[in-house]
Amino acid sequence: MMGWAGRPILRLEDPALVRGQGHFTADLPARFRVRFVRSVVAAGRIVRIMPPDGATVFTIADLAGVKPIRPMLHKFGYIPIEQPVLADGIVRYVGDPVAVVVADSDAAAEDIADQVEVEIIAAAPVTNARDAAAPGAPLVRAEVPGNIVVEAAIETAGHRLAISRTHRVVACSVRSNRQNASPLEPRAAHAAFDPASWRVTLTATTQTPHMMRTVIADLLGIREADLRVIAPDVGGGFGQKMSLAPEFVVLVWLARHLRTSVAWTEDRRENLMASFHARDMDLSVTGAFDAGAKLIALTGEVLANVGAYAPYPNTAAVEPLMSLAELPGPYDVAEYACRVRGAVTNTCSSAPYRGVARPALTLAMERLMDKAAREFGIEPWDIRRRNLVTRFPYVSASGLTYDPGTYLETMERALSMADAPSFRARQAVARAAGRYLGIGLSTFCERTGYGSPAFAARGMDVTPGWETVRIAMDPSGAVEARIGASPHGQGLETALAQIIADELGVTPEAIRVIHGDTDDTPYGWGTFASRSLVIAGGASLLAARKVRRKLLAIAATMLEADAADIMLDDGAARIVGTDRTIPIATLARASYHQAHRFEVEPGLAESATYDPAGTFSNACHLAIVEVDVETCAVSIERFIVAEDAGRLINPMIVDGQIRGGVAQGIANALLEEVVYTDAGDPLSTSFADFLLPTVREIPRIEIAHLQTSATPSITAAKGLGEGGAIGAPAAVMNAINDALAPFGAEIDEMPATPARIHAALREAG
Amino acid sequence: MKPAPFTYHAARSVEQAVALLGALAPEGGRILAGGQSLVPIMAFRLAQPSHLIDINRIPGLDRMAVDGDRLSVGATVRHAAFRASAVPGPLGGLLATVAAHIGHGPIRARGTLCGSLVHADPASEWCLVFATLGGEMVAHGPRGVRTIAAAGWFRGIMTTALAEDEMLVEARLPLLVGGARFGFCEQSRRAGDFAMAMALVTYRVVDGRIIEPRVGIGGAEAVPRRVTAAEAVLDGHVPDPAAFARASDVAAASIEPMEDPQIPVTLRRDLVRASTRRALLGSLQ
Repeated sequence: MMGWAGRPILRLEDPALVRGQGHFTADLPARFRVRFVRSVVAAGRIVRIMPPDGATVFTIADLAGVKPIRPMLHKFGYIPIEQPVLADGIVRYVGDPVAVVVADSDAAAEDIADQVEVEIIAAAPVTNARDAAAPGAPLVRAEVPGNIVVEAAIETAGHRLAISRTHRVVACSVRSNRQNASPLEPRAAHAAFDPASWRVTLTATTQTPHMMRTVIADLLGIREADLRVIAPDVGGGFGQKMSLAPEFVVLVWLARHLRTSVAWTEDRRENLMASFHARDMDLSVTGAFDAGAKLIALTGEVLANVGAYAPYPNTAAVEPLMSLAELPGPYDVAEYACRVRGAVTNTCSSAPYRGVARPALTLAMERLMDKAAREFGIEPWDIRRRNLVTRFPYVSASGLTYDPGTYLETMERALSMADAPSFRARQAVARAAGRYLGIGLSTFCERTGYGSPAFAARGMDVTPGWETVRIAMDPSGAVEARIGASPHGQGLETALAQIIADELGVTPEAIRVIHGDTDDTPYGWGTFASRSLVIAGGASLLAARKVRRKLLAIAATMLEADAADIMLDDGAARIVGTDRTIPIATLARASYHQAHRFEVEPGLAESATYDPAGTFSNACHLAIVEVDVETCAVSIERFIVAEDAGRLINPMIVDGQIRGGVAQGIANALLEEVVYTDAGDPLSTSFADFLLPTVREIPRIEIAHLQTSATPSITAAKGLGEGGAIGAPAAVMNAINDALAPFGAEIDEMPATPARIHAALREAG
Repeated sequence: MKPAPFTYHAARSVEQAVALLGALAPEGGRILAGGQSLVPIMAFRLAQPSHLIDINRIPGLDRMAVDGDRLSVGATVRHAAFRASAVPGPLGGLLATVAAHIGHGPIRARGTLCGSLVHADPASEWCLVFATLGGEMVAHGPRGVRTIAAAGWFRGIMTTALAEDEMLVEARLPLLVGGARFGFCEQSRRAGDFAMAMALVTYRVVDGRIIEPRVGIGGAEAVPRRVTAAEAVLDGHVPDPAAFARASDVAAASIEPMEDPQIPVTLRRDLVRASTRRALLGSLQ
């Protein structure tokens, strides 16, 4: 029969979730509820903290032995910056946790928190990276000269010479405004002390339970064995939940100090102002082209506003360093120079969010290509045909190796779906009638499923990468797979079950995937960076093959046949070409209870680890928009994705990932923006101000798949979790610019709000 | 529980609610109707009323009926009640059209028309309807019952003629005469968001010419209002795109847009122009 992998089977995890039977952190009962008192000023020195009489309130003075969060990078002149888990005399952004209130209920804790008086001598804040990087700017932190926490540069040997010899130089400056990932479920934590074992169990909204256990134990100076971390059902993360929340450390400390259970559930206002932000970046790129519109040399300058602190484990360098390595994207360019910097400011810390800098990098490159196409008088697709990488493996100017992909083919597919040539005729007719349509392309590649060598290149103290999977078939023939990855909505349980089912000859329903509990799963890195299907999927395949080999050996003995002649399928071992079968459950029972009969080790528990080099997926997004030049509103008429994520294990899940990412990308281009005043006050503290997309703003998304199977990934699957969010913004922005072309107006800052489009139109006259 | 502590009172009659309000308003007592504006700002603790007087259980306050030449709307009639035509004739169509722009389904199911009038957000659709059509408000208070015309109701951003110890018990709108035409257009960032600008127009056509034009603009200034200069442009003219364009230009030039970093004054004027013209063009359909 046909294998399970490749089929759009329904997600095994969904029935419980849609019936309201999921287990979420905030559902757990606790003896005490916790509320954090947060700074209301962006910069200043704490004079004193005065709780109301009789209240239970702790400050950093009480948590004296707890070490500050201090992720480290041993490269690129990175200056480590510390974050005490509660403010230690200094506040650095509005929302900085200053004290923690413990009370019998959330309501009581919130009322008490309201009454805690925090006297702060305010200082002048620095809120944007351009101000922070300017000479003479006030220092956000004394130990960071010039407010630049990381600065890195690359320049290929022939870069300068190439620029001097080129035909045409095209420059482009783009700005990506700040965003919040806004998972459906805000952050929450529950810490329970067990007096019998003196252990604490932390149940929390995290994408990385094992890493959380390591760092929290380190900061508290306890053994990891004395802490158990559980990630139960988690309602989305998008990267925001991979970094350590200082609040989690405080919760574990409180549980140990009070010897009971304590719980904290963040509200949306806290999430919007004090969780993690991302993508606050200015990018300037310059392309030097030859007479045939071929890119010869690329120059980049990136400045990221990394906020007040450094997220663990990625550090404050994550967005700048991603930029340095991946700016050239899918384009063949031999000569490359780039400088990236990260500036600390009095704003919420920046951390990974679906795509990590690449939505902004893609915007810069795609705007550059469209501007260059206009200067050369050719179509946007023509300039891409001349510049996309088509020979693989390809080594980029920044030293990355691209495995085979379909950079050109996906674009051609998208163009054909959109009927691009006929669009130009339709566009002309519409323009004559005063309607302004535009077409926008975004072609990109995305490094996914990268193992420890890729992370090691960043020089991180903590080098993630590999994953381990333990698979055990029990004596009844049921399968449990324990993984170190930590899915939180992606459908990974289903996809892994499909991979394992094909090896073991059972149905996916027979396989339970166990994750998110440090007591019950092998050490692993969690789920982020489009890695889990590739890496945990690869480890699942390797572990399943080991179990399969044992099953075949047992079957060979029991069927008196050669193992090479036996197949596992439909719950049975069968001698190929015969009707001689034996149920897999019988083999499982025998492996435990008749072990003496076989030459293999007793039992069917096997473990495997996979640490791949990584694989690049790729896609072309195409948007057709209409800009209402009177109201400056943008409507999206069509949105097309032609993508290549290698072999699709579950096409339905793939489409869901793409659609969710594209929705976030469209919002990035049109709606979402975290705004601070010059005084450092956040204005985007509710969903009335931080505009998420609704079903009314998101068009039907048309998807086509190409499947390059020649990939180093052992399952032939590439990662795709971030691609939707990476590609969509640039497609929308290019389409808006195409629509505005008759006015000579250009907009290179996202989101393209009505105010910005209006300003661009006025500037153009 | 997100709000600051407060005492909750479930009033059983208008008299009881008014008595409670009279006693509690001086110390921060507020009426709770649909709660779609008050409760969110209480959750942020921006509003910290010491007492909430819930009027949702008062029998009869959800009455909506035609009384003579007016539509009467009780204090607990929800936005959703207008989605299906609430009254025969053009007014029902107008109210249904406007109601579709108010927030989202859950907001329309709870929020009330009278609550919107009392909250008096500049971007409120119902406030624009009353300012344009000339409704009246019936307020009960310790000093008795008084009727306040819409023209004197709106005093500023979220400020009305209602005294703090008065309760809006009913709002009334004049019925539109048969054959009256209307058009409505709202500009917002997303479907259901607050208006950046909106226009409501009504008029009749007699002998091919516009009579009794009303042009109301909301969301652009501190209070919604009729723009008489734009009405003058339309009065007596053929309802055609040229006249509509001229009236729209006058409307845009007549307003003093609110300052807002997200919506520059020049954009707001453009939005008023577009809304007015599109509302007028919509009236032809």
